Amino acid sequence: MTESTDEGPPHNGKVHFGFRTIMAGLLRDPVTLFACLFLAFLAIVAVFAPWLVPHDPMAQSLALRNRPPLTPSENGFLHLLGTDALGRDLLSRLMMGAQVSVSIGVLGAVVSGSFGVIMGLIAGYYRGWADDLIMRFVDVMLGFPTLLVALFVLFVVGGGYVNLVLVLALTRWMIYARVTRGMTLALREEPFVDGARAVGAGDFRIITRHILPNLLAPLLVLATLEVARLILAESALSFLGFGIQPPASSWGLEVSGGRSYITTAWWLVSFSGAAIFLTALSLNLFATWLRALSDPVQRWRWLLGKKVAVAVMNGTGGPEHRT
Amino acid sequence: MSDQLFKTVAPLLEVDNLSVEFQTMEGVVRAVTGLSYAVKAGETIAILGESGSGKSVSAEAVLGIIDAPAGRITSGTIRFNGQELLRMSPKERSRINGEHVAMIFQDALAALNPSQTVGDQIGEMFRLHRGMGRREAFMRAIELMDKVRIPAAAQRVHAYPHEFSGGMRQRVMIASAIALDPEVLIADEPTTALDVTVQAQIMELLGELQSEGNMGLVLISHDLGVVADVADRVLVMYAGRAVEQGTLREVYRTPAHPYTAGLINSIPRLDRPSHRLQPIEGTPPSPHTTIAGCPFHPRCPWRIKICTEALPAMEQIGAHGPDRASACHRKNEVLLHV
Repeated sequence: MTESTDEGPPHNGKVHFGFRTIMAGLLRDPVTLFACLFLAFLAIVAVFAPWLVPHDPMAQSLALRNRPPLTPSENGFLHLLGTDALGRDLLSRLMMGAQVSVSIGVLGAVVSGSFGVIMGLIAGYYRGWADDLIMRFVDVMLGFPTLLVALFVLFVVGGGYVNLVLVLALTRWMIYARVTRGMTLALREEPFVDGARAVGAGDFRIITRHILPNLLAPLLVLATLEVARLILAESALSFLGFGIQPPASSWGLEVSGGRSYITTAWWLVSFSGAAIFLTALSLNLFATWLRALSDPVQRWRWLLGKKVAVAVMNGTGGPEHRT
Repeated sequence: MSDQLFKTVAPLLEVDNLSVEFQTMEGVVRAVTGLSYAVKAGETIAILGESGSGKSVSAEAVLGIIDAPAGRITSGTIRFNGQELLRMSPKERSRINGEHVAMIFQDALAALNPSQTVGDQIGEMFRLHRGMGRREAFMRAIELMDKVRIPAAAQRVHAYPHEFSGGMRQRVMIASAIALDPEVLIADEPTTALDVTVQAQIMELLGELQSEGNMGLVLISHDLGVVADVADRVLVMYAGRAVEQGTLREVYRTPAHPYTAGLINSIPRLDRPSHRLQPIEGTPPSPHTTIAGCPFHPRCPWRIKICTEALPAMEQIGAHGPDRASACHRKNEVLLHV
């Protein structure tokens, strides 16, 4: 056969997509590397917080109220990030708070994502009255201010972990439904969906094997961004007193607690705020990276590095030049 | 193959008086009107026509993939091995699709799922209809890729569609279409997106696979050259209707409809003294309008008064048997003239 591959990556059509090329790519991209490392670090801290904390996050000490960072303590460990108004170790509280904030963000994204995606798939694939019903409901839900709805529901049913996750999911599933429906509408008209039907695939199989996998990359990116959003929302709700209840800890709660001492104990709000900020930032960077990597048509660019990719594009033409 | 043989074999796929309409913003579009044809095992029937003549829609009707609810079949029957497809439940229908009737699409890149490896997509046939596991389906996919002559199949089976060239992609499509040895294969413009040398390779491959499996092949094309090499019989469509049918030789040598004659005159020929190519004057009618009389009459050099008044029926020509027909008021004159 003498046909030439006139497009796509060099090296005879395939850049190896595996652990080593991903690692090599990460080393070329320090910002993304930082985001990934931070998120990995955060994940470890969140999961193992109860065993990693240097101090008992609940232990109060009136002698050590609002002490600045690096204050020595009785048990030999420094209070690395200082202590709060009740003399509790800030680092330990932030670590325990990470467990709460991160898990709420992830769980909230999973719950709202699953529900929203299912609704969007039904609306986009079956159209008709199901579409009308679901999307008008989405419109109504989007009409309410998110935080107000959350506050109202939490006021009625009470705060706490499970309620917080459910309320956050309730206020955020619509975005998944909209995105999913839009892309499903486009995908269901694709010839390969006709093709699947032509070989005898049923609705369920078409949705799960041909439509959903093509939605996965954008949805994953959306969900990553949503985790950041949900962590911020959780912080806001906890800050307002409707989320996680003291003496448990969450990042928003720490900011809230430190607010009264902002002039005398800057470290309370600063470090809690920095944790929220860095997490949201890393998640956003991570989402960008995930998008590049999850697209089988485009990922070779990132895997090869910008310089090589540009050279390839100038030399032989890349996938966009396909006619 | 001789005509004698065909007459003794019952048709595999029979389309009878098929009409398809689309509801659009500008009104109802009659994409296909009263189309009938039949395919027997081992036979290739070519459906010729220009864009918008309804040839693809008629194929989609057979597989039940017309875009609903806009499009609907308003009349007719489609029988496979005597079973009426249009009255089947979707479940029974999907068992016929792929297993007995398969289709190759025009744009292979669009017709393959970009997020699945080609091995998964070819193997899907075995997983859907044979309940095989992923591993086993992959092995079968490699065999099929070998069969359609994709080099290094064992490695390429893990590649994505965009990593293939146009011709190779078309081979992938063919591999998945023939996976379960269907009795009828419908190829909708299988070579239109390819360059000429690759076209020839693909058509050759299709021809081989057909005679190997004794498949009935419905080849949909606008390219008389592509059709000329492989078709046994030809059905010419214009504005959603069949206007002429017959064996390849009859239709190409002695067309009995002015439209077919016009198509054949507009092909550049090397074996005739050079003369200017004769295009068919005018443009195909807009699908939204209905033309009184014969739909071809505004463009027809043979037009007489009756053509603007009465729609000519598809009628048998002379003593050539029922498969030789033309829908023209002056078919016998056209036939003699050319």
